Amino acid sequence: MARILIVDDSASMRNMVAATLQSAGHQIKDAADGQQAFTIAKSDKFDAVVTDLNMPVMNGIDLTRNLRTLPSYKYTPILLLTTESSAEKKSTGKSAGATGWLVKPFNPEKLLATIKKVLG
Amino acid sequence: MSIDLQQFHQVFFEESYEGLDAMEQALLAVSDQEEADPELINTIFRSAHSIKGGSATLGFPEIASFTHVLETLLDEVREGKRELTPEGVELFLQSCDAMRGMIACLENNTPIDTNESKPLLDAFEAMLANAPGADQGGAPEEGIAKAEDAVAQTFFGSDGGGEPPEDGPKQWKIIFKPEPQILLTGNEPIRIFRELEGLGELSVTAKTDEIPEFQQLTLDECFISWEILLTTESDKEEIESAFDWVLDECELSIEEVSSASASVSENAEQAPASAPVPTSAESENTAESAPAPETKPAPAPEAAAKPAPAKKPAAKASGGESAQSGATSIRVGIDKVDNLINLVGELVITQSMLSELGNNFDLEKLERLSHGLEQLKQNTRELQENVMRIRMLPISFAFNRFPRMIRDLSNKTGKKVELVLMGEHTELDKTVMEQIGDPLVHLVRNAVDHGLEMPDDRVAAGKDETGKIVLAAEHKGGNIVIEISDDGRGMDAEKILGKAREKGIVSAEQELSDQEIYELIFEPGFSTAAEVSDLSGRGVGMDVVRRNIKSLGGRIEIESEMGKGSCIRVHLPLTLAILDGQLVRVGNEVFIVPLVAIVESLQIKPDLVNRVSGNMELYRLREDNVPIIPIYREFNINADNTDLDNALLVVVEGEGSKIGLLVDDLLAQQQVVIKSLESNYRRVDGISGATILGDGSVALILDIPGLISSASQNRRRPQGVRAA
Repeated sequence: MARILIVDDSASMRNMVAATLQSAGHQIKDAADGQQAFTIAKSDKFDAVVTDLNMPVMNGIDLTRNLRTLPSYKYTPILLLTTESSAEKKSTGKSAGATGWLVKPFNPEKLLATIKKVLG
Repeated sequence: MSIDLQQFHQVFFEESYEGLDAMEQALLAVSDQEEADPELINTIFRSAHSIKGGSATLGFPEIASFTHVLETLLDEVREGKRELTPEGVELFLQSCDAMRGMIACLENNTPIDTNESKPLLDAFEAMLANAPGADQGGAPEEGIAKAEDAVAQTFFGSDGGGEPPEDGPKQWKIIFKPEPQILLTGNEPIRIFRELEGLGELSVTAKTDEIPEFQQLTLDECFISWEILLTTESDKEEIESAFDWVLDECELSIEEVSSASASVSENAEQAPASAPVPTSAESENTAESAPAPETKPAPAPEAAAKPAPAKKPAAKASGGESAQSGATSIRVGIDKVDNLINLVGELVITQSMLSELGNNFDLEKLERLSHGLEQLKQNTRELQENVMRIRMLPISFAFNRFPRMIRDLSNKTGKKVELVLMGEHTELDKTVMEQIGDPLVHLVRNAVDHGLEMPDDRVAAGKDETGKIVLAAEHKGGNIVIEISDDGRGMDAEKILGKAREKGIVSAEQELSDQEIYELIFEPGFSTAAEVSDLSGRGVGMDVVRRNIKSLGGRIEIESEMGKGSCIRVHLPLTLAILDGQLVRVGNEVFIVPLVAIVESLQIKPDLVNRVSGNMELYRLREDNVPIIPIYREFNINADNTDLDNALLVVVEGEGSKIGLLVDDLLAQQQVVIKSLESNYRRVDGISGATILGDGSVALILDIPGLISSASQNRRRPQGVRAA
């Protein structure tokens, strides 16, 4: 079981991802934007981060970039949860340090399988 | 594993409505700007984006595909590839309405009506077909169709991969040479291997020849490359998908070696040598226990996925039909909740102090006791105030729809309108807010439709061609006052009176003050527009407006000046649950008079009492003649004092007229919690509710507007039928 940080400005999306992951026994914390998430991350350690791309205040890409500057998040899997599957977005995400991406609408089984995969 | 998505519906609906409101406001703001503020465009985009994500995941394909097209367009706008034209803004605004409609259908469990959204969808697709730049030569329509398919597909459970069509296992040779920085994105090669292992039999050989000397070795970099043999029924695409996330950070080659049957033994031989070298400090532990060919850690999750989607429509049809409609929630700022927790903490402290005091109480502690009780009183009051604040929302929730409405009205009527909102942060009980929304819409529509003149007429009258509508809210005592004023033509008292006589609302000989004439517009069946427009309805509106406001315990006032404009003022109680009351005694009974209604309390001077015909007595209060209503007579009880001389009179006001209530004694003023008489007993004329006093007795709350209107009816029937 892992501790996972979920970042999304949409509460329903947050709830759904959280419920899915909780059903597999993971511990969840969530944040409504990148800034909040970063603040939480600075004082807490997670085994994985699942973040939306489009958010107010700080978007998912900036969050990823910021997280990678923290020593404890150097290798932490960071997954971008996004409806945009365009290659351009992915490569920006990658170069910011994201581990991979999940496409919304997510399918709960697939989300769990992916999380399982990155947690190793 | 099954997760009931139903539980997320309500949050999604609320969030979507909020998102649509934000989108609408941003659209309106953008339409006023020369150059669109990117942050606003982003807000608009984000709203569509969130709704799309949620609706697709929750399985609302109509909304998902609609928002998908919208999002595609907005994305182009956001990236500067497409200009946001006024027509575009208009379409986007309409699409907000369409989406609201669709979500409302979902909320009520009715089939989605696409009548509204279909033409918009077509219009958007036409816009998309007109690719913004020549560089987008391809057929974008196809792209949409494809993307829509994708949306639909994912949520019908197909995992995209499909069944492997291969006829037998094949062996693949994969050479994987990651770039050194691959670890810095959290991509451990070992995870990829594990995923491959789920596809078939795997053997991995690490090539370590590029690892530098120990001194030059850095922890973060990966210098190992791998040669992998995989025996699987999956095709190349599936194998490649395991590398999806690292494709641009590695050299990768995947080649088919041979058909599998021959290679299994060879595979086994290689296995012992294949322990992958730890790639970083962190991965050391996991790596050691890693891929032995026998273990298959990823049992295909697809199998579990299949039955789930089939269940869904059934669950939707049967379950939750009534569950959602009534349940509404409220969003409360965390500061309000923190405050409550804080106050409850103080309450607990006070309580423990008091109980300790009670343990062995003696008279010396009396002072501390009264101090403690004082503190308890303060705690309770603060707690009550703060609990009430939870239900309070800023009136901007009700005001927010007006900018859009004014814009639409202005387009329809050809009038130029400027809307000014004031006091948007004024807080109001949520229930009151919900019920005042429609009446306000009606009043604002009326102000534009009947109040404001056409631009030419305005110029001719020496006014600015743009009319001004001011919507202002403020707290006054225990009330909130909402003012809707315009600088239009004002009300024509003579015209209104003529109309009312024509319709038989007032008789020809009746003399009315201007104020009374204005109020005729609230009479059922009255409408001043010579022609009925689709804006202000058919004269069914204003009487309903007044009725709604009255039922909330509020009142409505009109001021108007010919040529200058009109102002309608709506007074509403801040909350429906608590009332500031004046306790009065009549005989053995205690009644409560709402403090807001009280003008003054006085001792009757006999020479100011005028007896008119029948049982009616009037009291001369400055310029007014105030009818005296003896409470004891109204409710048929025994009073100490039935003589008017030197008795106490509480003068109350409502709907522009005053009455004086004859009481025996004035008691304390206090806040009372209103309990409905109807739900506990039955409706009683002249009583609006009841409450429980500190001593446990029940006191009735007087219905001032009701008493006033029955008094004025009595006045119109001068023989005092009622009293007989």
